Amino acid sequence: MPHTIIEKLWNSHLVEEQPGAPALLFIDLHLVHEVTSPQAFQGLRERGLKVRRPDLTIATADHSIPTTDRSLPIVDQIAAKQLAQLETNCAEFGIRCLGVHSDRQGIVHVIGPELGLTQPGMTVVCGDSHTATHGAFGALAFGIGTSEVENVLASQCLLQLKSKTFEVKVEGTLRRGVSAKDIILALIAKIGVGGGTGCVFEFTGSAIRALSMDERMTVCNMSIEGGARAGLIAPDDTTFEYLCGRPHAPKGAAWDAAMARWKQLPTDSGAIYDRQVTIDANALEPMITYGTNPGMGMPINAPLPEPAEVTDPMARDSIAKALAYMGLEGGKPLAGHAIDVVFIGSCTNSRISDLRAAASVLKGRKVNPKLRVLVVPGSQEVKRQAIAEGLSDIFLAAGCEWRDAGCSMCIAMNGDQLAPGEYSVSTSNRNFEGRQGKGGRTFLASPLTAAASAITGVVTDVRTLL
Amino acid sequence: MKPFTNFRSRLVPLAINNIDTDQIIPARFLKTTSKEGLDRQLFCDWRYDAQGNPKPDFILNQPRVAGAQVLLAGDNFGCGSSREHAPWALTQFGFRAVISTSFADIFTGNSLKNALLPIAVPPDVHAELFAAVAADPGVTVEIDLAAQTLTTPAGRRVPFPIDAFAKHCLIEGVDELGYILKQEGAIRAYESSHPSPINTLEIVR
Repeated sequence: MPHTIIEKLWNSHLVEEQPGAPALLFIDLHLVHEVTSPQAFQGLRERGLKVRRPDLTIATADHSIPTTDRSLPIVDQIAAKQLAQLETNCAEFGIRCLGVHSDRQGIVHVIGPELGLTQPGMTVVCGDSHTATHGAFGALAFGIGTSEVENVLASQCLLQLKSKTFEVKVEGTLRRGVSAKDIILALIAKIGVGGGTGCVFEFTGSAIRALSMDERMTVCNMSIEGGARAGLIAPDDTTFEYLCGRPHAPKGAAWDAAMARWKQLPTDSGAIYDRQVTIDANALEPMITYGTNPGMGMPINAPLPEPAEVTDPMARDSIAKALAYMGLEGGKPLAGHAIDVVFIGSCTNSRISDLRAAASVLKGRKVNPKLRVLVVPGSQEVKRQAIAEGLSDIFLAAGCEWRDAGCSMCIAMNGDQLAPGEYSVSTSNRNFEGRQGKGGRTFLASPLTAAASAITGVVTDVRTLL
Repeated sequence: MKPFTNFRSRLVPLAINNIDTDQIIPARFLKTTSKEGLDRQLFCDWRYDAQGNPKPDFILNQPRVAGAQVLLAGDNFGCGSSREHAPWALTQFGFRAVISTSFADIFTGNSLKNALLPIAVPPDVHAELFAAVAADPGVTVEIDLAAQTLTTPAGRRVPFPIDAFAKHCLIEGVDELGYILKQEGAIRAYESSHPSPINTLEIVR
């Protein structure tokens, strides 16, 4: 019987299936960070348990870490305590921690792939909903809560109910100025933030095959914003080229054996998905969100929706409430709307190709002096590479802030935040009320759109600057 | 966890779709290393003004909420971040169930592990409940987990779905980890037949 890659991953990780209980799945890689782990380690202590497989577990500090000078003490004492707790917990339980001062520190979803830890055919979990990022390698990767973090630390297993399979087929060629971020924003705008609930996405089609690994990670990263706990892409030569030579990637004969396994992963022809949707890449335009969830997105030159035109009363109220929070008026254009901050970073768009894209627009130009523009690399490695390529010089010459690696203004836990009422164009993944700072207002877009808007000071279609 | 028992409660209506976990508890409160003391931060940015004073028009600040244990919310409740702080904050405030037409996957899993029952009902029942509580804030619903039914104020018994294992854990007041650890033999067998391709403890360049 033909199987999808999702079913193959599921079947190959089944430890046990007992009547009356969900399946017990083995987890190949557990990523840990400071925010969702302390209560789990405490739980282990209270039960007198050890970490079963420290060799399949790795920690880093990303959410509450400052992106300013790391040689200085951390001002926020609560964050400092949480970061110190991570180091203590990892030392006590024998877990490797790429902490505040590690030269491999970075956003958990940037460093896993970068180190070659994320590999095709794996199950990957983390107490973070953007774990779907790792699906770009043909892994089944999903976010878990803190109780589940504790379960995995203790047993390296998770009880899971089987998800439905959902093929997202993206065919065609992206036009100039349109990028991976626009694919995923378009999908979420089409199916809504609950559209993939209960499902795992598999992204297929010529437009997906044409993407680099960095771009594939951008697409898979925001699966959760479409309601799907995981999203993945079958591995191919692009995947293998990315992995070859990475620190933890297999070497020599082990590489050949791994390649033979990985090539068995793609969905068999004739396999049937529970659901399917198709997106025409040729017709895509740069996307932007206007509201307070990632499903409230549209092509950048479209008019804002009119609540009065929505028939369902609760949906109408939701749009009206979102527009009120955002200080926007239905029917008007969003392009040209003044902004205060541009944020280029996050687990969605902080990799080297994202920084290259932003730099390609900013090169030889200046950002609007009224704006604050933050460029936050996803990891120390991305930071080093960007410096080596001269990208940091481009950002600094343009008038951007070039900061240290972390989640930064995506989640605004570390002091990098919007002031109440401020508008940002942000390459991050969530535009929820207050996500980037209490009262802050977020327009989600691609690094190209963010860079273009940084120059003009208003929401800008990058194609006008290319 | 205490065993989950049947109960009757008034409803706290929050007629907003897609309530995300950043609204349930904003990220700035996630710097804690404890599970405790999160009830004041529940819906913080909807609940308090810039000076930290309760906004009288927000439902959680109204006297009618006292003692109510069921939140009645719009579609797709709990989307967004995986933070388990969301069900911690909801239960510490006193909620034992949330009713919606649908729930985000991670939120569902987190809630069931914290004795918070996500009850998904069809749109007509959902609308009926909002109408009933709008007409009379004092109306109550009855929740019977063993029977998997919600009894509406009008007396209609509506079935709701729940995973059988999660139901068992709730009713017995036990958590998953005990069960998982009992599968040691199967886990060990899996490990020995599936050598791991990585070792995070190896320092490699």
